[in-house]
Amino acid sequence: MSHLSPFQTFLLLSILKIVVVLVITLTAVAYTVLLERKVLGRMQNRWGPSRVGPFGLLQPLADGIKLFLKEDLMPMAAQRPLFIIAPIIALACSLISIAVVPFGAVQRVKGVDIFNVADLNIGLLVILGITSIGVYGIALSGWSSNNKFALLGSLRATSQMISYELALGLSLVGVVLRAQSLSLRDIVNSQAAHGALSWNIFGGFQFVAFFIYLMAAYAETNRSPFDLPEAESELVAGYHTEYSSMKFAMFFMAEYANMITVSCVATLLFFGGPSSPFGHLIPDFGGPIVQAILPIGWFVLKVLAFLLLYIWVRGTLPRFRYDQLMSFGWKVLLPIAMVNIIVTSLILALRG
Amino acid sequence: MSAEVPVAYYLVLAAILFSVGVAAFLIKRNVITIFMSIELMLNAVNLTFVAFSHMWHQIQGQIFVFFVMVVAAAEAAVGFAIIIAIFRTRQTLNVDQINLMKS
Amino acid sequence: MQLALFIIFGALAVAGALNLLLQRHPINSALSLVVVMMSLAVLYWSLGAEFLAAAQVIVYSGAIMVLFVFVIMLLNAGEEEHTTGSRAAYIVGFPGAAAIFCILSFVFLSERKALGLTNLGGQLNSGLSNIAEISTVLFTRLLLPFEVTSVLILVAILGAVVLARKEQ
Repeated sequence: MSHLSPFQTFLLLSILKIVVVLVITLTAVAYTVLLERKVLGRMQNRWGPSRVGPFGLLQPLADGIKLFLKEDLMPMAAQRPLFIIAPIIALACSLISIAVVPFGAVQRVKGVDIFNVADLNIGLLVILGITSIGVYGIALSGWSSNNKFALLGSLRATSQMISYELALGLSLVGVVLRAQSLSLRDIVNSQAAHGALSWNIFGGFQFVAFFIYLMAAYAETNRSPFDLPEAESELVAGYHTEYSSMKFAMFFMAEYANMITVSCVATLLFFGGPSSPFGHLIPDFGGPIVQAILPIGWFVLKVLAFLLLYIWVRGTLPRFRYDQLMSFGWKVLLPIAMVNIIVTSLILALRG
Repeated sequence: MSAEVPVAYYLVLAAILFSVGVAAFLIKRNVITIFMSIELMLNAVNLTFVAFSHMWHQIQGQIFVFFVMVVAAAEAAVGFAIIIAIFRTRQTLNVDQINLMKS
Repeated sequence: MQLALFIIFGALAVAGALNLLLQRHPINSALSLVVVMMSLAVLYWSLGAEFLAAAQVIVYSGAIMVLFVFVIMLLNAGEEEHTTGSRAAYIVGFPGAAAIFCILSFVFLSERKALGLTNLGGQLNSGLSNIAEISTVLFTRLLLPFEVTSVLILVAILGAVVLARKEQ
């Protein structure tokens, strides 16, 4: 690679990073679906998918082939361009935000950080912005399919996501105040000093913020117990009622990719990201390669724990009623988030 | 690689956006679209603020944009409340038919 | 880089604005306005205003425009029809807008030398990050205007609630 200019090296490595991260994320999405079906099955006293491959491990492949080969229906009364573009917006927005997530400790190859696609100094704002753009996918899908259930589902989803975005954004302010930066790298570094004790949720006393974030995140991703937009018993399938084949698969993947993104952000902001929970208690072992891979292991483990929590909650809690959802967001989460900001900033100011 | 763009080009772009906003404001008959063209004009002005802020190496221009955004958000909230109230009584969004005070 | 960004996203912004003007259905206009705002966010970033770029995406595209789309969906607004008023507006609108554009661009282009050049990222006064710089000024010298805007927003919220409430 010596004959390449620094810019060309940067470009090549960036493209490589993007491809690798995309492939890994999409695989992770497929296997999150399998994980959910398996775990939910066990919770409900059944096996879950078990026929394709050993332990049903090839089930995502079979699902993918099935969705690819299905007929792609276009409803007669649909607004064609918007109907096609809506699932693309939804999937793209859920995949883009993974770009600012740092997966491991800083490892530079030829000046390029290989475990982070883009380290931006406004990383957290980028994630919030892209999440808020993702609303369009859902809003447009419901409107363009010209179906009353889809429209109702998307109206519900849109207002739910706008409402909970506020609580989501405000719950993160405490963390930003502590780290004094919006770069996700800096936020992770600010929690790396003493292992689990310096994580924002324990050492930073941000557990209130964490629970607000958790609930707002469940609502943002339209997951149980806030899955009103796709409440089967009321709205058939909500905003993607009219979608079939790959377009449906895109919405499906977007939901799970969003789950993964939200888990990544929770890990980074409240659980120290890729840093080890033991801090420096355990002496460094192995060579530099083991030390480079170990943080990724921690990161994946934490994200996986969040995904399991998601599934556990889905298997446990019933669905909210719509007015309960709205009043919970506006009258409970939002005031608590504001109080959390005030208390955090007061403590930080008094400590100097 | 480092082809620089004159500040004037950014200002001309803002002028194009602003004039399109003015034209849309005058021509469009739907209240919501008229409202959108106001937002377009505000955005065009914001671009000039940012360009001038860059040119003078001063942060104040950006802060002004921040205030414009806040006011735009407040304006959107009140404006939509009015639009919904009008729609409830008149069942139309066409500005030509919303002339209760005239007749 | 700067030139490429300017050409691509400037063209996108102009195309979006023209599409807003030409589309008959309000939802198409709203989506083209979103395109304009996103490309303006990129231009802000290229002018060294990262925070504004993020705020543009979050506040304008993510909140205000979603509200537009939401209201259009809620009121089920259809395509607009042409009336006598619109014909008068065509006669006044296009020449007026063209005149504004001509005057503005004449002024800007004749002062082109004095306005200078831009460079990617841009350097403001100090080496601080853009966000730190904005917040320092906002919370020290401009604290009063900042607080006044918060009161303004509160008033707007109350006004919206009162206006949109159903009559009992």
